[in-house]
Amino acid sequence: MNLPYTVIFEKRTADYPKWLPAVTSLFSVIVAFIISGIVLKIIGGDPLRVLKFFFTATFGSWAVFSDTMVKATPLIMVGLACAVAFKMKLWNIGAEGQFYMGAFFSSLVVLVPMVNLETTPKFIVIALMMIMGMIGGAIWGFIPGYLKAKYQVNEIIITLMLNYIALYWNNFWIFDKWSDAGFQMTPQFEKIAWLPRLSDLAKEYKAFSGITLHLGVVFGIIAAIIIWWILERSHWGYEIKLIGDNPQAARYAGLNITKNLILVMMLSGALAGLAGMSEISGVVHRLQEKISPGYGFTGIIVAWLAKLNPFAVIIVSILFGALIVAGREIQPSGLSNLLQGIILFMVISSDVLLRYKIRLVRLEQEA
Amino acid sequence: MTSSPPPNAVEMKDIVIRFPGVLANDHVNLTLKHGEIHALLGENGAGKSTLMNALAGLYKPVSGVMKVHGEEVNFSSPKDAIAKGIGMVHQHFMLVPTQTVTENILLGLDEPKFFMDLAKYDQKIRDLQDQFGLRVDPTALIWQLSVGEQQRVEILKTLYRGADILIMDEPTAVLAPQEIDELMNTMRSMTEQGKSIIFISHKLNEVTAVADRLTVLRKGVATAEGIDVEGLTGEKLAELMVGRKVIFSVEKKAQEPGAVVLDVREVSAENNKGVRALNKLSLDVREGEILGIAGVAGNGQSELAEVITGMRGCEGSILINGEDVSNQEPSAAIARGVAHVPEDRTGVGSAPNMTITENTIMKNYREKPIGNKWSINFTEARSHARGLKDAYDILAPNVRTMARKLSGGNLQKVILAREITTNPKLMVAMQPTRGLDVGAIESIQRLLLAQREEGTAILLISEELDELLTLSDRIAVLHEGEVMGILDAENAEVKEIGLMMTGMKRSDS
Amino acid sequence: MNIEIILHAGLATGTILLFAAIGEIFAERSGILNLGVEGMMLLGAMAGFSTSLATGNAWVGLIVAMLAGGILSLAHGLVTIHFQADQVVSGLSLTFLGTGLALVLGEGLTGQHPPTIPIVDIPLLSQIPFLGPVLFSEHSLLVYVGYIFAPMAAYYVYKTRPGMHLRAVGEKPSAADTLGISVYGVRYFYTFVGGMLAGLAGATISLSVSPGWYSTQTTSGQGWIAVGLVIFAQWNPIRAAFGGYLFGMLRRFILDLQGPALLFGFANPLYVNSNYGFFLQMMPFVLTIIALVWGSRAATKKRLGAPAALGVPYIRGERGL
Repeated sequence: MNLPYTVIFEKRTADYPKWLPAVTSLFSVIVAFIISGIVLKIIGGDPLRVLKFFFTATFGSWAVFSDTMVKATPLIMVGLACAVAFKMKLWNIGAEGQFYMGAFFSSLVVLVPMVNLETTPKFIVIALMMIMGMIGGAIWGFIPGYLKAKYQVNEIIITLMLNYIALYWNNFWIFDKWSDAGFQMTPQFEKIAWLPRLSDLAKEYKAFSGITLHLGVVFGIIAAIIIWWILERSHWGYEIKLIGDNPQAARYAGLNITKNLILVMMLSGALAGLAGMSEISGVVHRLQEKISPGYGFTGIIVAWLAKLNPFAVIIVSILFGALIVAGREIQPSGLSNLLQGIILFMVISSDVLLRYKIRLVRLEQEA
Repeated sequence: MTSSPPPNAVEMKDIVIRFPGVLANDHVNLTLKHGEIHALLGENGAGKSTLMNALAGLYKPVSGVMKVHGEEVNFSSPKDAIAKGIGMVHQHFMLVPTQTVTENILLGLDEPKFFMDLAKYDQKIRDLQDQFGLRVDPTALIWQLSVGEQQRVEILKTLYRGADILIMDEPTAVLAPQEIDELMNTMRSMTEQGKSIIFISHKLNEVTAVADRLTVLRKGVATAEGIDVEGLTGEKLAELMVGRKVIFSVEKKAQEPGAVVLDVREVSAENNKGVRALNKLSLDVREGEILGIAGVAGNGQSELAEVITGMRGCEGSILINGEDVSNQEPSAAIARGVAHVPEDRTGVGSAPNMTITENTIMKNYREKPIGNKWSINFTEARSHARGLKDAYDILAPNVRTMARKLSGGNLQKVILAREITTNPKLMVAMQPTRGLDVGAIESIQRLLLAQREEGTAILLISEELDELLTLSDRIAVLHEGEVMGILDAENAEVKEIGLMMTGMKRSDS
Repeated sequence: MNIEIILHAGLATGTILLFAAIGEIFAERSGILNLGVEGMMLLGAMAGFSTSLATGNAWVGLIVAMLAGGILSLAHGLVTIHFQADQVVSGLSLTFLGTGLALVLGEGLTGQHPPTIPIVDIPLLSQIPFLGPVLFSEHSLLVYVGYIFAPMAAYYVYKTRPGMHLRAVGEKPSAADTLGISVYGVRYFYTFVGGMLAGLAGATISLSVSPGWYSTQTTSGQGWIAVGLVIFAQWNPIRAAFGGYLFGMLRRFILDLQGPALLFGFANPLYVNSNYGFFLQMMPFVLTIIALVWGSRAATKKRLGAPAALGVPYIRGERGL
């Protein structure tokens, strides 16, 4: 077969334009939607109807958009958790477990209870829950960090194993000690442990009735700003990036890699733990079995699609929040899972465009 | 019986090879006569290896004709080149460290087809060794062998494949003077047995010693094609290679060294394989003095640099201005004014995906005015980097350029600039000029001498004897982790250093 | 608790890990880290199960399961070998992709009963006292395949030409390349082999060890355990087999702890309160962590390690060529 044209990959010698990563990311998402549509068509679905449903169910009104934002809230924090660790090339894929431990630890404030819930001011209860949540996540991040620093144990597998352990740990407490009359959940928390929601203001502002958006989203945005500052402006962020790019050079420059490794894993865990706290205090209002539809794993995709940029994490989280909202009602149920996988595949494939120029060349020119 | 002279072993005509943004070979011709040793000279980056990789089937020329034994060839993989009897001994050995000598030699062949009866082939390889006098244990694992032995394996690999045209890419760079003599004898005995050899080098004395004719490349263009070696002067050759008359004007001023800065006492250390690499080694370096460390690669030089800079643990003591820094982290050495120009520029000395700015602040990002209490002032950092870029003549579009996009010489300047701005008391420089072109070598050497005049104590580790003789005040020769002797650079003789490099202890030291 | 039952069951569940881990060893030996084992296993389990249901033949199911795993792994191959993408992230996305595909295509399979792989006794050998009942009776044919497969895989890796080339590509691809071995070809091939074996491991669950389709619960993290096992086994197929069996036995032992009312003469807390079972369910994962820490320390001590080029994309002209 003789084609007049051939495709050649040419290594980029100059830096790529600044807008290119954003364009390739967007392009990947679109292509992923198209591929999923084709899969849907093959198994007998109607892709266009599903797409239309997707938009109305997630961005169609303030109420559904609020639902989308509620789902995006934990994703922002978990996405940041992954982004921080990935910056140092630490593959923390245990955000799911850290999320559950954060939820568990912050629940202790109410379930033990750690303070007198009748008399303590609300903001102290909430602050304590936040701190406990972050501690819980940080502990779950410390374990793989320490094992990697001390014994060079692969953090990927350890963080994954810890996900399962956290799940069973939680299950024990909600089935046993704190079970609500034999159900697989704890009793509902007192109102004082609830994060404020917009619907709380419905009396004053009619428009807010039924809007479930809660304070957690503010935590997420503040966290994004702090993480951006750490990564882009602070000593520590410079160290994280240096270790991530070349640990040998970091050691040569006199950095303490062991300490940084453990600290970054703990920071990452704390962010995921905070997401867990925000979810039970802002949405579920109790500890129960299924508090996460895989936020921890989706966070990995969010971080990667956002190219580890904290502000991009917020935007990407909203898209994935929408996917989760729509995914609850789209059949078959694995479809949003599949879509996430395809998106991630497209994103990493599109990275090739950042390293190579792809050109169509006339064959005669080559000869 | 009449016989016509055998055709030329190789004819390469009008070869053009292009990489993105680079014309690596521009209409180059090269003819290798049957049974000759043909030297291919040129600076780093002149396109020698590229041309030879094309002959070995690794790259495809954009245009040009290649003939092997008079027959036109068109290689699409190394396998095709091997089938035509071409064997290449690469500069960086292409050996699998975890496999045995025999396994490495049999790699990629069709015979044996499936089951590897290694014992049988060990014997075949011993027979081949006898024929050419290349001794090495066939059952040994590659990582256990010395550099010289590994090179023999590389040569055996090509001979086992029945190669009659050998390409040797800078084979002498890693060898001691005596080993070089041995290699040249091997090369001569191979041509006597009907092999033809292309010998890549940039050292004139080696070329005149062994080669019959030579071809010179400069920036991808041949400046001499197959001229006779006889009667060629060093100046003429340098002119062909560099394009201008080279005047080696690096000169060091006479000065009296001051107090002892670095005092290494009976230091022993292991290498990465857990084998003892330094053995009760002692030496000292004074203010305003360059102590050169000579030795064949792999005799403890890397480990010496690493124990002093805190990157490797050891026994014994290392005193810097009287304070023991042994067995501490690199930060301890840095705090006491130790600068380090590491052997591996890209792997250790820089962060490839970070900018020039970020690479220049690696050691002072916590200090005013670049560092505040918690944060980094990037405006200051950039102006600091711009200052260094101008002062050290670093060629790059701007200070936001990633380190990996810099050429070797410019990257080395970034590293040196960074290390010098720390105002070091002691500078440990390992192979600071390796792989650089002549211009860059000269400027790096000048920077080192300027540091010496500033009063910095410098430990210079190099495999280039000429460089050590030009720059050092004293030269210590290392062999198997021990100091064979310390010589005054002024009266040192190459022959004596060579003997010490192979393990002869200086009697009067 | 019965020691024979524990050993017998351990061999059966260990066979799952054996196939998956050896497959991953092949891929990693060629330099490709494929973290998508869990996804490939799940897809294999689903494909095998549904094919067996449709065709009425478990063996056809097995073959389709292997093909499904293999084809899915090629996506990882393309992205990491040709596009030089990060192998960790690509492996993770393969997990999502495999899981998603398995769930979408596996809708409505739960509760079905397709033919499964036959369970047989080995004549004569099964008569040996103690060893016979444990090793050679009432096992699925796949368990016996596993007995032979592990030593064959080890022999292949260490004593044959393709095995030698495989190791060379994973240790020093540039050396293999200069000798005319296709680095990309070798990597694609063993990535595919790794995928096929992961698919086989998945079908071993759904068609043999615990027949059925329980969506993600079918594999319940065993793919990840297999990846951990590879490090524990230090890339040696024989060690991976023993590790898999040992793991299976410990797992069964721990589950059986729940059975007796009295343990060493004391009231068994696990019997009294079944919720303590959650701690037992944690044990496989805790054990994996312990095995990994142990394996990593041993590796550092003996200076054994992963294949040198594991996770590193090969580009001709870079890294010393």
